[in-house]
Order: sequence, then structure tokens, then C-alpha cells
Amino acid sequence: MENGNWRLKTGLAQMLKGGVIMDVVTPEHAKIAEAAGACAVMALERVPADIRSAGGVARMSDPSIIEAIIHAVSIPVMAKCRIGHFAEAQVLEALGVDYIDESEVLTPADEQYHVMKHDFKVPFVCGCRDLGEALRRISEGAAMIRTKGEAGTGNIVEAVRHMRAVQSGLQRLKGLPEDKLEEEAKAMRVPLELVVEVHKSGKLPVVNFAAGGVATPADAALMMQLGAEGIFVGSGVFKSSDPEQRARAIVKATTHYKDPHIVAEVSRGLGNAMPGLDVRTIPKEALLAPRGW
Amino acid sequence: MLEKLGAKTAIVRLSADLERIQGLVLPGGESTTISRLMSEYGLFAPIRNMAASGFPIMGTCAGLVMLSQLDSGTYPQTIGVMDVVVKRNAYGRQIDSFESDLDIPALGTKPFPGVFIRAPKVSSVGPAATVLSRLNNGNGVVAVRQGNLLGCSFHPELTSDTRLHSYFLQMITGP
Repeated sequence: MENGNWRLKTGLAQMLKGGVIMDVVTPEHAKIAEAAGACAVMALERVPADIRSAGGVARMSDPSIIEAIIHAVSIPVMAKCRIGHFAEAQVLEALGVDYIDESEVLTPADEQYHVMKHDFKVPFVCGCRDLGEALRRISEGAAMIRTKGEAGTGNIVEAVRHMRAVQSGLQRLKGLPEDKLEEEAKAMRVPLELVVEVHKSGKLPVVNFAAGGVATPADAALMMQLGAEGIFVGSGVFKSSDPEQRARAIVKATTHYKDPHIVAEVSRGLGNAMPGLDVRTIPKEALLAPRGW
Repeated sequence: MLEKLGAKTAIVRLSADLERIQGLVLPGGESTTISRLMSEYGLFAPIRNMAASGFPIMGTCAGLVMLSQLDSGTYPQTIGVMDVVVKRNAYGRQIDSFESDLDIPALGTKPFPGVFIRAPKVSSVGPAATVLSRLNNGNGVVAVRQGNLLGCSFHPELTSDTRLHSYFLQMITGP
């Protein structure tokens, strides 16, 4: 009998494919998300939009909030640790969370090293802006990837930029001649075997979701059509005027992303989406996506 | 995996999709999510009728949950056509997910790689269903067959062992 191996870690992400993972801050939110059809929830003290407006250092959530959410729902529960903060990750593993998000939404704890994720039995998801960043995280042991987008903005533009960068990176790598792969691995700072594997398959070896800016059902459908295998919704649900209905609509749009009639139907009468932010007006030092490397 | 075995596959999202298939796989995933979307898009009644009229259906992990009865409460709603009672996530959280070699006599003597991820546990098997496999440590039934219905609490689709899927294809085409 074996626990915590690579197949079990990446396998759970495979089971989430095609689904929506929602940020929740209370057990009540978690129940709404579960009833709406979320395939997992992210247990947080504050959603990214509130983290952004609160400022200061954003840390792992209070364990009592995470535990309350774990007890409230039967779907997998994820929680965030700071980049490089392996002690927070150890705490989350001890609490029994199903997936850890080593997240740029929290204030990074280490500017040199990410968490060595192979050392854990619990699987990790990490953010990326392009293929190189995705492969660096995978080589550290991330069993699932999400494109970063710009969390807490309700603005899809960065999520699109990052998803397109990953997809074009994959296409480019697939088309490279074999004698260029070593150079490419060096440029991306990842092991050659991983680059060779991706060059052959043309795909990431783990599941890739889209995150950071999804606010509407059509945003979710857009990201799925651009190649996302599922959706993270942060502030987009519980910062809107009717979270329950919006949560359901985003789940349906993610499942039926190829069917514009269904996306149209579920988009009707949802009330106000979260108030958005123009990413170009955010001062550089307040951007979350450049955290991590 | 089914394509590797020479079968044509299609994804079923709406009830109209059911009209062009000869067998149905209810895959792993979150049973609450699957149940919610099946109910929204009216898939329960047609699949229940198909199951009753002998249509081959295979369920893995969450798919087994969907075919079975739940041992507590009524949430999520299941199709409930197998004479089997299951308890969701009964082996624990992700950290307790495990791999274990299985004896499945119907597939030959070679052990089958059982990948259990937040797996449901079969708490009882009624007379209409036949046990195909149990965990070697005695901790539960993990594969069952009931005529045209096949269910397992592990994920054969995450391995390279195609035997359970070919067994299902034989249920469709005959030996």
C-alpha cells in the first residue's frame, strides 16, 4: 500500500478537470459553492479582492477557518500558503487539506526558493505566467498548475495573456528540433528530461486550470476555449450581487463552454458582477502575478 | 483508454448525447458536481431507464457512487440502480489516498493496480450484485458487477492497465 505518490497527487487534479474551484471564507460560502456544483473549494480568510484592499502582509489562513470549511463540505478543500513558506505548508498538510496552493496572492516568504513540493504527501498547485514558470514549478513537485492572471481584479486580461503564453510555449517547444532542447532547458531553468517529455507529448504533464480574473460565465467559457482544463474563481462569486446564482452559472458555463446557447442562457439576469479593476491602473508593486519566478 | 482499445468515444453532456452511444462510462470526479449537472440537464431519468433496459454502464469512483445507493442521507442524488450501498470519501482525505494491488479473478491472475483517490467505500452488496474484487487487507469490496452494470471504487483510467475497460467493452459487444 502506497500513499502520496505522484500518480495519486496528479490523479486528484485529473478528477477535478472540467470543474470550477471557488474561493470561500466561511462554511456557509463553502456549502453554497458545493451546492452550486463546485468541484473543490479554496478555504481562505479573505478573498483576493479584500487582500488587495487590506494591504499589509497576507499569510496562511487561521486553521480554525480551514477546519470549519473542511467539516462543512464533502468536496476537496484546498488552502493557500505563502511562496516558499514550507512551515505553513506543513501546517496545512497536518490540517488535512486535500491540495495546497503555493500562491502569489499571499505575500511571498522566500524570494529565492519555492517550497520543495516533492517532500510532501499532500499535492500542490502553483501559479504560472508562461511555460517556463509552469515547468519550474512542476520540477519542484507541483502536481497541478494554474495560470496566474491577476487575482482580485475581476479582469480577465492577464489570465488570457498567461494562458496564451503557456499554449504558445507548448507549441513552440513541440516544434523545436531535438538538438535545441538542451539549450531550451537551460533557458527555462528546468531539467532536460522534463523538456524532452513535453516536447514529445506537446502537453503539460499535469492538469492546468485558469485563475485570476474570472468574473462571468463567459469569462470561464473563454478560458476553457483557450485551453484551460478547469477554472478557479476567487473574488468573482462572493463579491458579486447574487453569489449563489453566479456560482451555478459559472459551473454550467465551464461544463458547456463550447455551447454558446447555454452560456447565454446562464448569463441572463445574474445581477452585478464584482466591480472590476483596470490592471493598467494598478501600481507595479501592487501586482500579484510577478511574485514568484 | 477506450480509444486505445479500438472503441469510438463521445462526451455526454446533454440527454441528446445519449442517443448515439452503445455504452456509458460514468468517470471519476466529484459526485456532487456530477449529480448537480445531471439533474440540471435532465440526465437522471433517461440513464435510469437505459440501465433498467440492459444498457451497459461502467462507473469508476464517483461513477460508482452515482450507480449506487448512499449509506447516509440523500445528498447528492444518485442514479441508484445497483444493489450496492456506498459511503463517500470513507477511506479519508487526499493524504489517505492510496495504491494497492488487487486480485480481480475475472481479469486473470495478474494483480490489477488499484488507484484509490478520496475513494468511496462499499458498505454492503445486495443479492442482485456480484463482488469482483476486495482489498487484500479485507478492508472492503472495491469492484462489483450487476448484469449490464459495472462499478469500481478505484481509477483504472489513471493506469496503463486496460483489462477492466476491455472487460466492459466485452459487456457491450459480447465475448
